[in-house]
Amino acid sequence: MADLRSSIAGISSPNPFWLASAPPTDKAYNVVRAFEAGWGGVVWKTLGEDPPVVNVSSRYGALLNGNRELLGFNNIELITDRSLELNLQEIAQVKRDWPDRALVVSLMARMAEEAWVGLVGKIEATGADGVELNLGCPHGMCERGMGSAIGQVPEMVEQVTRWVRAATRMPVLVKLTPNVTNILWPAEAAKRGGANAVSLINTINSIASVDLDLMAPTPTVDGKGTHGGYCGPAVKPIALNMVAEIGRNHVTADLPISGIGGIGSWRDAAEFLALGADTVQVCTAAMVHGFRIVGPMIDGLSQWMDDKGYSRIDDFAGAALANVVDWNSLNMNFSTKAVINQDLCIDCGRCHIVCEDTSHQAIRIGKAEGKRLFEVVAEDCVGCNLCFHVCPVPQCITMRPESNGLPYMNWDQDPRNPLRSEG
Amino acid sequence: MTAAAHSGPQGLDDDLVPPLNALQAMAESSRCLYCYEPACVSACPTGIDIPGFIHRIADGNVVGAAKTILSANIMGGTCSRVCPTEVLCEQACVRNSGEQHPVAIGRLQRFATDRMLANGGSHPFARAADSGKRVAVVGAGPAGLSCAHRLSLLGHRVDIFEAKPKPGGLNEYGLAAYKMTGDFAQREVAFILALGGIVLHHGKRLGETIHLDALSRDYDAVFLAVGLSLPRAVGLEGDDLEGVIEALSFIEKVRQGNRATVGGRVVVIGGGNTAVDAAIQAHCLGAGEVVMAYRRGIAQMGATAWEQQLARISGVAIKPWLAPKRFRGSGGKVTSVLFERTQLVDGHLTGTGVDVELPADLVLTAVGQELRDEDLAGLAVQAGRVRIDADYRTERTGVFAGGDCVKSGLDLTVQAVEDGKRAVLAIDRFIRE
Repeated sequence: MADLRSSIAGISSPNPFWLASAPPTDKAYNVVRAFEAGWGGVVWKTLGEDPPVVNVSSRYGALLNGNRELLGFNNIELITDRSLELNLQEIAQVKRDWPDRALVVSLMARMAEEAWVGLVGKIEATGADGVELNLGCPHGMCERGMGSAIGQVPEMVEQVTRWVRAATRMPVLVKLTPNVTNILWPAEAAKRGGANAVSLINTINSIASVDLDLMAPTPTVDGKGTHGGYCGPAVKPIALNMVAEIGRNHVTADLPISGIGGIGSWRDAAEFLALGADTVQVCTAAMVHGFRIVGPMIDGLSQWMDDKGYSRIDDFAGAALANVVDWNSLNMNFSTKAVINQDLCIDCGRCHIVCEDTSHQAIRIGKAEGKRLFEVVAEDCVGCNLCFHVCPVPQCITMRPESNGLPYMNWDQDPRNPLRSEG
Repeated sequence: MTAAAHSGPQGLDDDLVPPLNALQAMAESSRCLYCYEPACVSACPTGIDIPGFIHRIADGNVVGAAKTILSANIMGGTCSRVCPTEVLCEQACVRNSGEQHPVAIGRLQRFATDRMLANGGSHPFARAADSGKRVAVVGAGPAGLSCAHRLSLLGHRVDIFEAKPKPGGLNEYGLAAYKMTGDFAQREVAFILALGGIVLHHGKRLGETIHLDALSRDYDAVFLAVGLSLPRAVGLEGDDLEGVIEALSFIEKVRQGNRATVGGRVVVIGGGNTAVDAAIQAHCLGAGEVVMAYRRGIAQMGATAWEQQLARISGVAIKPWLAPKRFRGSGGKVTSVLFERTQLVDGHLTGTGVDVELPADLVLTAVGQELRDEDLAGLAVQAGRVRIDADYRTERTGVFAGGDCVKSGLDLTVQAVEDGKRAVLAIDRFIRE
């Protein structure tokens, strides 16, 4: 049985699965239920200065597929709308009752040192394990100069981090917004300010959908809508890239990362951990299925680690990071070709039509016993993977690398590169 | 829906296969893989763009789905109810590989077409400008209506002559009630006629009240879709006894509202879908015991495996290898049927000399239908059907034929619809020349 114990910035938890700062971690009732379900830690929903904010009615939007399975999710809810004192009392009680779980408190304030320092002092008094600075919320609060309004300006990220770092003994996690052109700028700023770790990604600016009857964005508040924060399975690829960017940037390489973005299964989590995240945070999946989903996440990760011979998370942590490179470092001599397993083929023709219409006309239709025979023309196949992705039958189309005997040669070395540096 | 998952019709007027609700249609439509030029389309005699219409359902465009269906098959509603999809489109579905469970194409087709017909809005298709040409269609069954609809679309004016009091042909008179619930046949005809340009004349029987020579003279073209209107006689001793009737006329009475209780023991002679429709309906009407007797083996039965299974589930006993010899009666009423047990010897059906007697208070004969050819004014007949060429032309210039009265493919509603549709290509060419 694999050891799932995790640690980030000195905060330990029995497993790497934390709930992100969001509606599910709004109060003791939810958090206790989450701990009972087995979550390793939570980041308490963002606290702010009193008086608490007021939320609107109609808060979530969603991107669903035809089976009403959720692909993406969006929300316009603000930070906690409960009083600071009530939150602090509950945090203190929950931490006393669940000493083995990570309890980190998210906070947000205007761009003023006393605001941040005041909040941090009160949070520290609860016995919480750490704080996470919400510099990422992309809706509502940013219009008041908070959240992503700070997170999008590296100098302000650094300044806030510095204020908080100086004011507390607790580890400081800085939660980054993805609504920037280059995630390394705020990440480096957080590091300069003294962050013990970064959490990413916060949600992405979005309009979930347009209600074509109301002619208004969803979620719709009395006929109007506003852009909200996008999350859920659809954002995972964006999050993975940003986590990897930070991990392979020499300035931020040693910055611990709490990975967030579309994690709904043990496999998603393993991918974040393999790219260098130390823990992961989950929100949408819990909001879609309830806290019980941590069960399959825990034993799925554990089973996979057992199968792979990994006894601890450190055994594979960051293992994929070295394989994330710049395009210019890819091997131009590598060649892979689609191979169709005719025994598994069900004759749907999807590989043919997508290759024919949109790729390289490399899958031809022949005749076989009672069905069509789809054949890859190897010399026309560029190894794009499109057919492999659209084939509905697992393992029917595989991509097989060719052994062409050619050595590694990247674009810088490639004679076809007109800007190649000689010698 | 597989027969194993089915419990048979609850009553004559209950849908054999219930319509999908919106949630089921959404889930089922998402199972379609949107295959490219798939086998399901080739397996449909009318070539409906099946992935295209299912994709539209999944897309929330049910009207577009119905239009896709109806543009290939104007009787898509009936076909969704009565097509043996298990041997046509659904048999060819790629989901049979792996999952062993095809997409419910027929039920999805019904979902879309039902919505269109229930909408009561304007007809989805519009006629072309009037061509000034007139075509006579004889027979308001699937072939005749399909032909008339498409002719009218092209701008021709159509008169349909129908012998029966109601249009629809076998859809109205010859299919089990539980397959065509809610007066669907008439609703569909009304929908088809809503296109305009088609006038229906009832009580017009070829050779009696109308004549081919006159039609040929008065119209630019004639399309014969007279079907096979003569039930084939069993031709055995005792077939004139009271209680020996043709299955089709039994079905017709049931469909026209005669729901008299069927008592006692019923023997159905035949192995096709009509035999099954008659047997199950007799059972629904109270028969104590229903036996379907067929002179060949189960594998040779015309009824599909699903129809056979449906019969069994509905309480019908199927007895193969029984060839009828004579009907026995008492006081002019049938009391039993004497059969000889048969067997295959070197591929030939032969009697075994062993007799089997089945008691019967009612015998329904379903041994096929024949062409009423004496009214065809001498048109050439081949193997019991009107002889046509690949363009549905009879030997008589300007006279075309399709549906069950010709042999163009499987004897199915869907084939009749396709005949009517394809004949229009040739008719249109002919009358514009």
